[in-house]
Amino acid sequence: MRLAELRAWIRALGTWRWASHRLRGWRQGGRTAVMGVPTLWLLLFFLVPFIIVFKISVSDARLGMPPYEPLFTWAQAQVMQLKLNFANYAFLFEDALYRNAYLNSVVTAGISTLICLLIGYPMAYGIARSKPAWRNLLLLLVMLPFWTSFLLRVYAWIGLLRTDGVINKALMFLGLDEPLVMLQTNFAVYLGIVYSYLPFMILPLYTAIERLDLTLLEAAADLGCKPTKAFLRITVPLTKGGIIAGCMLVFIPAVGEFVIPALLGGPDSLMIGRVLWEEFFNNRDWPVASAVAIAMLLLLVIPIMIFQRAQGARAGAHR
Amino acid sequence: MHSTLRVGLVALAAISMAACGGKKEGADAAAGKPEAKVLFVYNWSDYIGETTIADFEAKTGIKVTYDVFDSNEVLETKLLAGRTGYDVVVPSASFLERQIKAGVFLKLDKSKLPNLVNMDPDIMARVALHDPGNEHSINYLWGTTGIGYNPDKVKAALGTDTIDSWAAIFEPGNAAKLAKCGLSVLDAPSEVIDSALIYLGRDPNSESLEDLKAAEELLVKVRPHVKYFHSSQYINDLATGEICVALGWSGDVLQARDRGAEAATPVNVAYAVPKEGAISWFDMLAIPADAPHPDNAHQFINFIMEPEVAAGITDYVAFANGNAASFELISEDVRNDVSVYPTDEVKKKLHPHLAESQEYSRELNRAWTRVRTGQ
Repeated sequence: MRLAELRAWIRALGTWRWASHRLRGWRQGGRTAVMGVPTLWLLLFFLVPFIIVFKISVSDARLGMPPYEPLFTWAQAQVMQLKLNFANYAFLFEDALYRNAYLNSVVTAGISTLICLLIGYPMAYGIARSKPAWRNLLLLLVMLPFWTSFLLRVYAWIGLLRTDGVINKALMFLGLDEPLVMLQTNFAVYLGIVYSYLPFMILPLYTAIERLDLTLLEAAADLGCKPTKAFLRITVPLTKGGIIAGCMLVFIPAVGEFVIPALLGGPDSLMIGRVLWEEFFNNRDWPVASAVAIAMLLLLVIPIMIFQRAQGARAGAHR
Repeated sequence: MHSTLRVGLVALAAISMAACGGKKEGADAAAGKPEAKVLFVYNWSDYIGETTIADFEAKTGIKVTYDVFDSNEVLETKLLAGRTGYDVVVPSASFLERQIKAGVFLKLDKSKLPNLVNMDPDIMARVALHDPGNEHSINYLWGTTGIGYNPDKVKAALGTDTIDSWAAIFEPGNAAKLAKCGLSVLDAPSEVIDSALIYLGRDPNSESLEDLKAAEELLVKVRPHVKYFHSSQYINDLATGEICVALGWSGDVLQARDRGAEAATPVNVAYAVPKEGAISWFDMLAIPADAPHPDNAHQFINFIMEPEVAAGITDYVAFANGNAASFELISEDVRNDVSVYPTDEVKKKLHPHLAESQEYSRELNRAWTRVRTGQ
């Protein structure tokens, strides 16, 4: 009887172990599948285009279809010749135009990100602290502009900001003598970027603030901490993830922004997106245009990766 | 170039459709089968008669897909990338000249173009500078790059209501006076620099770096008085009186003149080819080498060369055509308008705008960026 019981146990355990092993195998297989989709996505839509653009950036421009020399040529019957030309990159350092355009883009994007944060944080805070019934409606209002095309919304600003536009007409009606020149200025560029990217700042901030444990703030208040100090020492550090995510989502696309400065900016607004356009379309120099694109990507991605790694290391150390 | 993007996006959608249709047809043509009754045309925006396409479809039974662009650069980049799926495209001659060298176009089969006899030999000779022997293209419409202005506002600013010289824009003292009522300049590097060279009495096609430098110095002095550099916004702004002088394209200024005249409080707009001379440009009908329906494309080009058809287009868009036989059929107020058809005396002072070499083109665009941004 006991023996039979034991044997039953072993059999049961064995099967259990076998089953759990199988299950673990499935789980691992599932994990591979789950990781596989984004990896494949990255390979297809990031790495492959990157390699194509890199390939063009190290070739020579020519008059033909396509307008750049092939990378591989058959020198003799069996000898394949690989010609890499890094002069296009050297060229970017020779002319201050590219450096200035890049710096100007980073500064413009940086200031816009800061303004987005200053406007977006109170808005996200307000939404997260409003009555639950209101929250969805308020979030919907934040996302509503996405229902119209981005291009149309930027065009709408032209109508608002023109010298004879809606805003100036209203101001003149209220007693302003001279219309304000707003369109084709840096002001309009900042306005356009902040307006277009603000939702990308609000949404991650909202998620972070909404998750915040309110009892911590109550405890701080009970211990005599002033609200401002509690905000700076508790709320801000605990929502840091949202702040970083929001800033990245605004900063990265703003650096390469082409449409907004082209439509709202003045002739002297020099941004890397426009320089890229001119290399590609006006100079018809695809190799230099590709070199500008690759340089921009590297200059942008590497600092961000270092930053991410530092953040990750710090989070690890805390644990 | 605010509408470049919009048109670009529309065109992108259209291209993907055209490409889908194109591949299959191309295979048919290669197999020696007759072409399907379809044609893909890519032309400038607002640049054809009201019924031209419908008339062609009714006459030939060929269904036309008609897409538009508004910048030579966008068209060129597509053509160089290849496989556009278009059968007829309309680049300007200076761009076409370079594209021919890149091997973009099919040689025209002149046996399929009996209406060539209608073309104006003078215009054919002018465009042959770009397309030797007129082998790859036929002139569609042509015009000049000059000065559009508002006579009433210019009188208040300069004390005269007629502009007849580039000095109105390129003399910094004049430009400063015009700054108050609004001065705009095309964002088209080569045409503005060529115009400045003509004012300086130099050859706009010399490709001399010294000439380029002189033009740049001149433009830098004018730059502070320019309200904006843009290639289409001035049409509306001239018509509403937002600006008073524009360095612009003839047909666009005439469009502004019509819009201004129709406004509730009419705005006067006039166009001048300056006495120093000006750049003339030619938009050309051509067939890409990989066009899926070359035979239909020839039929279309031949149709455009019908005198009645060419006259209808010119009547509607107010640009001159290169079709001599159509001249008598054009309505009188258009054909007698010296802004559309310049007098022979003015014609002598028109310079072609030849394609630049890659090296000079880079120098020119670099100079333009310095003028525009001060960098």
